[in-house]
Amino acid sequence: MSAPPVAEPRTAVTAKKKAKAVPRQQLSFGQRLRRDWPLLLMCVPAMVLLLVFHYVPALGNVIAFQDYNPFVGDDPLEAFLYSEWIGFGNFEYLFKTQAFWDSVITTLSITAFQLLFYFPIPIALAVLLNSILSPKIRALVQSVVYLPHFFSWVLVVSLFQMMLGGAGLLAQTLRQAGYTPPEIMTNPDTFMFLITSQAVWKDAGWGMIVFLAALAAIDPALYEASAADGAGRWRRMWHITLPGLRSVIVLLLILRLGDALNVGFEQFVLQREMVGREAAEVVDTYVYYQGIAVQQWGVGAAAGLFKAVVGILLIVGANKMAHRFGEQGIYSKS
Amino acid sequence: MSADTTVRPRRNTLRPVWEEQPSLLGQFGKGTILTVVVAVVLVPLWVVVVTSLSSEKTINSAGGYVFIPREFNPSAYVVIFSGGQITDAILVSTIVTVAGTALSLVVTVLAAYGLSRPGTLGHKPILFYFLLTFLIYPGMIPSYLVVTGLGLKDNLLSLILPTAISAFNLVVLRAFFMSIPGELYDSARMDGAGELRILTRIVLPLSKAVTAVVGLFYAVGYWNAFFNAILYIDRNDLQPVQRVLQQFILAGQSPSTSGAAVAIPGLGSSVPPSLAIKMAVVVVTIVPALIIYPFVQRHFTKGVIIGAVKG
Repeated sequence: MSAPPVAEPRTAVTAKKKAKAVPRQQLSFGQRLRRDWPLLLMCVPAMVLLLVFHYVPALGNVIAFQDYNPFVGDDPLEAFLYSEWIGFGNFEYLFKTQAFWDSVITTLSITAFQLLFYFPIPIALAVLLNSILSPKIRALVQSVVYLPHFFSWVLVVSLFQMMLGGAGLLAQTLRQAGYTPPEIMTNPDTFMFLITSQAVWKDAGWGMIVFLAALAAIDPALYEASAADGAGRWRRMWHITLPGLRSVIVLLLILRLGDALNVGFEQFVLQREMVGREAAEVVDTYVYYQGIAVQQWGVGAAAGLFKAVVGILLIVGANKMAHRFGEQGIYSKS
Repeated sequence: MSADTTVRPRRNTLRPVWEEQPSLLGQFGKGTILTVVVAVVLVPLWVVVVTSLSSEKTINSAGGYVFIPREFNPSAYVVIFSGGQITDAILVSTIVTVAGTALSLVVTVLAAYGLSRPGTLGHKPILFYFLLTFLIYPGMIPSYLVVTGLGLKDNLLSLILPTAISAFNLVVLRAFFMSIPGELYDSARMDGAGELRILTRIVLPLSKAVTAVVGLFYAVGYWNAFFNAILYIDRNDLQPVQRVLQQFILAGQSPSTSGAAVAIPGLGSSVPPSLAIKMAVVVVTIVPALIIYPFVQRHFTKGVIIGAVKG
């Protein structure tokens, strides 16, 4: 009654949100604008930032279809407009380049390798930690293993270099004991193991969180009932714990598959010099070296765009697969 | 045969009564695995800290890295904090992190609040605009061209603006804001409060924890940013710490040859060994995370993460 005029329609809307029975109150565009302009204004700074640094560069991917030359205009932005259009020329060049396909294959094999040797670790760790009764030990282990997630890749690779590198702690200890230390950081043959252990060290602990939450959501009565029916520890894990984790596991598998061409970038840029191009060239580093270092802008952008499009297809495909398995997936069928 | 025929005086009270006693082997195995896991994380950090605090004599007698602390010798820290490239880098990273986190938090909180009430004008398209960033990536090369085209090369803003907004953090905050009961908004509005006032007086005080976590994520992102510096920063005195770390540890440059770090009057001949300086740089890059971490750690349990996943 004595509320300011602005508040009145708003209350109606909030009420509508809570109790759907209240009929929708029709407001004209002007009325809604007068009511909502502060909220709109609040979104503007974030929208502008994303426009300039996210969407404009996303549109800038058109240079994949151009013979982009940054010097034809007054600045690189104007060059977007004046560069010559060459259709799929960059893609043709790209698909004929062996180095590009090598980087795709390296990327995919890293993804496959990590699905086998990285993906199960957070799950196993979460199940193990969940079986620890003492809350103190659980909290201690959690705060320790979450920590490396907040380290930069530079720091993680540096720590590995300091522990396992040619002048590192391991080599130092072995040399003092009279052995020849193995090459760990610079051996391209074992590079896959190296990057996977780095990824495990950095993120496996953090990856546990989701699984711990899913484990906490399992009804303890299920365990009690199955124990009463004579199921032992392993049977309970097989028939209750793992089914309880199933949908989370599927969800994360989908996300990982959709990200099959994304294996990280800094980790590889940092170690490319040490192990050589053959082992460490993934699609992202190819884009960087092709585009920015060699300044073949169009070809680099074409590789990046190829990766983005394949990524979207992979996500959609993986999600379809999840639906076929009767799981929710990332987005639901519409 | 079964466990319940024997009397167990020291039964763990946390164990549910129906659960069988664990085998000795199982318990031993679990203990070992967890100890190894914790050690694998902590031992490298320990070695780094101890070595950074060692004198040349200790480092030489250990043949390099030091495992057992014998002294407390902070001279490496004195060196890196008394001018030169490393001091510059620490300063740059601090400025970028503080300014960047402040900007990101303000902008993200505003947008998250602006989007926290479905049914308002333009709610759906604006939300879609933000969510679309998950699907469409800018791509490295066009980003590079845009940022350099805006004249941000060798400008610290190039380390802040391109990564200022994370749609993920925005969605987390928005989900939390939406969970605040609508009656609180309504009563404030009855009292004549505007949106900004409601946000600062009611919503933010209720969301301290989640805002702190989002702030931590932003701060960690800025502090750890490395590659943007390679792309956009050429000047030596504007490099952030991660770049310096990479140059010293991975590219193998010795700190004594780069910058004025070592030529410090007063220290004279007692210049600490370069290994200790390197380790001190490593410690400096870790410490900020270590300081904030305990305060925020208890908040990032299920709520934030799961809420975020579900959007």
